[in-house]
Amino acid sequence: MGKPNDLLQGTLDLLILQTIQLEPKHGWAIAKRIQQISNEVLQVQQGSLYPALHRLEQQGWVKAKWSESETGRQAKFYSLTAAGRAQLEKEKLSWSRLSAAINLVVESAG
Amino acid sequence: MRWMNRIWMAVKTIVHRGRQTELLGDELDFHLQQQIAENVSRGMPTAEARAAALRAFGNPTLLRDEARAKWGWNWLERVARDVRYGTRTLGRSPGFTLTAVVVMALCIGATTSLFTVVRSVLLKPLPFRDPGNLVMVYEHFRGLNSDSYNYNPVAAADYYGWRAETHGFADMAAWERAKFNLSSEHEELPEVVQAAAGSWNLLSVLGVEPALGRTFTEQEDHVGANSVAMLTWSLFERRFGGDPSVIGRQIRLDAKPYTIVGVLPASFAYPDTRTQVWVPYASIFTQAQIERHDTHGSYVIARLKPGGTLQGAIAPVSALQYRYHMEGLDRPVAEDAVARPLIEDVVSGVKTSLLVMLGAVGCMLLIGCLNVSNLLVARGAARQKEVAIRGALGASRLALVREQMTESMLICLAGGGLGVLLSVVGTHWLSTRWLNLPRAETIHVDGTVLLFACGLVVVTGLFAGLLPAISATNKGVFAVLQDSSRAVGGSVSRAGLRRILLTAEIALTVALLVAAGLLLKSFVQLRTTSLGCATENVLTMSYNLPEKKYDTAQKNIAFDEALLERVRHLPGVRAAGLGSTVPGGGWGGDEVFTIPEHAVQKASLQQDAMVRMADPGYFSALQIPLMSGRFFSENDPQDRGRRIVVSSQMAKQYFPGESSLGKHIHVDWNGSTDDYEIVGVVGDTLYKVGHPSKPTMYFPVLSGIRGRERSLVVRTFSDPLALSLSVQKQIAALDAGLPVSNVLTMQQIIGQSTANASFSATLVLAFAVLSLLLAAIGLYGVLSYLVTQRVTEIGIRIALGARREQVLRLVLMDGLRPVFYGLAIGLAGGAGVGLLIRSMLYGTKPLDTLVLVAIVATLLVTAGVACTLPAWRASRIEPMQALRTE
Repeated sequence: MGKPNDLLQGTLDLLILQTIQLEPKHGWAIAKRIQQISNEVLQVQQGSLYPALHRLEQQGWVKAKWSESETGRQAKFYSLTAAGRAQLEKEKLSWSRLSAAINLVVESAG
Repeated sequence: MRWMNRIWMAVKTIVHRGRQTELLGDELDFHLQQQIAENVSRGMPTAEARAAALRAFGNPTLLRDEARAKWGWNWLERVARDVRYGTRTLGRSPGFTLTAVVVMALCIGATTSLFTVVRSVLLKPLPFRDPGNLVMVYEHFRGLNSDSYNYNPVAAADYYGWRAETHGFADMAAWERAKFNLSSEHEELPEVVQAAAGSWNLLSVLGVEPALGRTFTEQEDHVGANSVAMLTWSLFERRFGGDPSVIGRQIRLDAKPYTIVGVLPASFAYPDTRTQVWVPYASIFTQAQIERHDTHGSYVIARLKPGGTLQGAIAPVSALQYRYHMEGLDRPVAEDAVARPLIEDVVSGVKTSLLVMLGAVGCMLLIGCLNVSNLLVARGAARQKEVAIRGALGASRLALVREQMTESMLICLAGGGLGVLLSVVGTHWLSTRWLNLPRAETIHVDGTVLLFACGLVVVTGLFAGLLPAISATNKGVFAVLQDSSRAVGGSVSRAGLRRILLTAEIALTVALLVAAGLLLKSFVQLRTTSLGCATENVLTMSYNLPEKKYDTAQKNIAFDEALLERVRHLPGVRAAGLGSTVPGGGWGGDEVFTIPEHAVQKASLQQDAMVRMADPGYFSALQIPLMSGRFFSENDPQDRGRRIVVSSQMAKQYFPGESSLGKHIHVDWNGSTDDYEIVGVVGDTLYKVGHPSKPTMYFPVLSGIRGRERSLVVRTFSDPLALSLSVQKQIAALDAGLPVSNVLTMQQIIGQSTANASFSATLVLAFAVLSLLLAAIGLYGVLSYLVTQRVTEIGIRIALGARREQVLRLVLMDGLRPVFYGLAIGLAGGAGVGLLIRSMLYGTKPLDTLVLVAIVATLLVTAGVACTLPAWRASRIEPMQALRTE
């Protein structure tokens, strides 16, 4: 069903899904969380984040709910659906295969 | 299940589009506020925090658009936008739009109609069980190189022999046409009906169940057995009001009582819709007739065994037939048996003309597409700059192509919608106007046809739009923008594309014109062939004296003579006569004979001539000229008079180098043999328009030797139809219960037999003329456009001293070049088309000089007119004005 994802987009999907797997988060929090965990290496730009979130929502991998945020304002919270959880497992698997493969190539003697 | 969720999601998004957009704004705003809050908490002043957050955030509108682009069915919005845009562009040039829509409506409508007819007639399976296994079996005469002998109707004895002695087919059934005076039980409401005599197993071979009652039993299908009949559904509804209690009631056919045993279902229209009554096969024969191998009048339907092949099944039949031939060498008994699938047999008469018409209409559709395409290319060229600027501003090529395609799709959609409406009317018109179209009753517009029309719309839209769209967008941005309007001439490649399209359009038109021209000439030839008798002011009608009431020759003679006497004395009647089948009225029967004065003929050479009846006044009533000898005279003994008159072709063919007068012919009528003396030779007549004349012998009408059907011919001083009622009244005055049929003028008889030729010629001609018009519009449009593009160039030429005639010639040649190429290609194609439709031609050949010259002239004149106007306009250009226009 899914369109062929290029590396970058596929990776962003994986990051987003992984970030919200424990609890629902809004966009800001997702971006912050990724930044934090990756020790400020991965900076998710709004220009990529929101289109990605909306795409995931259309694909039925995440669902969204408006509720009150920590600051008291209404915010859109994203959480995983069952299909999203399955997708996360799939993407994790393919990511570890891919990274292992890249590692093999990079660390080989040449 | 996930796809259902996704669709639900998409539906939600599209329905609550406004609300969703608002929420998206809120979401992004929340993000922004969080960023500001964070900046403030880091100690930035509020204003600076806000500015920094906005800077980091980027362009919120773009972001919103990008997020929105991920929504499902967003493409629908894009399509809506394209459609809006396309409608507006088309609305700006209503003339072009209207022309294009009408063109497409005509083309799509005509194609859909023809497709409907072709599908119903040629492609739909026949309404029988397992129709693919049904074949028609015919006799085949060797050595007679004419189509009509290749599939020759079968003699009754052949059929019975085949069925009893060969086992290649699962079963075989036979039927033969008949004609009856139908009246109710007490001989009231007489009418003449077309009927058929079918063998008892016919319905089971076809796999059809009667709608009411039963079919014939084997015991009923014998000579002289109890008389039973089946009604067709249409007669049942029309004459008996659909009352099921007719089963078991009696009707009279030729005054003899028949019991109705069954009613056929409404879907049963075999062999045609005119057949109204069925009687058992053997009931129309005498015992002598049924044992003969040379009365070829029946049609045999056979069902292949499951898994059996046609070759395997027909071979033993053919072998048996050869044995019959060898046993009856002195009679015309066929040598072989041949077969063809039933569906092919049913449509054999119309297949070619249907396919030709479908081809013509397809050509017209192609020309229509090319025309719209051509006009779009020209328009595209005018919008080159707009397209280039939009490309430079970031519109993707796909978006631009899509937009242009939308325009052509809109045209085709509007045209298609109109076209489907047109085709509903057109299909009805075709199926009712086309005389004797087999299976016409099955023709109607249904889902498949609508689907076909939709497909047609899409394909034509793509075809008409793709080429212009690609050509309009494939030019580099810089090249276009640098092209100032002062630049000389349009893009060469664009002009080239337009010329190719024009050439193709003209080539197709020429090919279509060739077909139309040939068909038209054939039709004119058909209409102008002389029948060999008077055709103006001649009224004919037929009647059939029932054997039961008119059982002696005297009674027949009394009736006929009384009728002639009465008719001849009617005011307005010039002459009247009695015959059997009138010229142009069809085959009417033939007979083999020998000439006692000649040495015994080689057995296999059969002498055969058409059989006609005539009374003494028949020839002068029809103005058939006397070549030598005399007509019948009132003094000849009328019954069994042993004198005949022959046609001049018969005299020439069978009495070469000698006088036929005084010679005899020897005919073997069912058992009884007679010699007849030839007393006169008359001019040839055609038995059917479009068929060569045949040797004919005329027997005295009252000799009662063949058939009981009489044709009364009346030549009048003025409009013959005005007299028809008073003539019919004379018949009714003599016998009120005698129905009269085929009340026709000679002109109507000719019209009937040329109706289909006229029909196909008219239709193909209409398509061709429409195509010519389209080509002319295309030529004119493109050339006018080219001239507008080249105003500056022409202005400079004139300013530099070019003469007006030179400019005129320049532009004219520019327009006429594709015409010449197209003409050459089209003529070559037309020759091929002519060969394909050879079987539909009469009195002309595929390469008819007159037709070809006429077509070349027509095309050149039309193209000249279409080109002259723009060229003349170009030569009128004022250089100063041209150079000032930017």
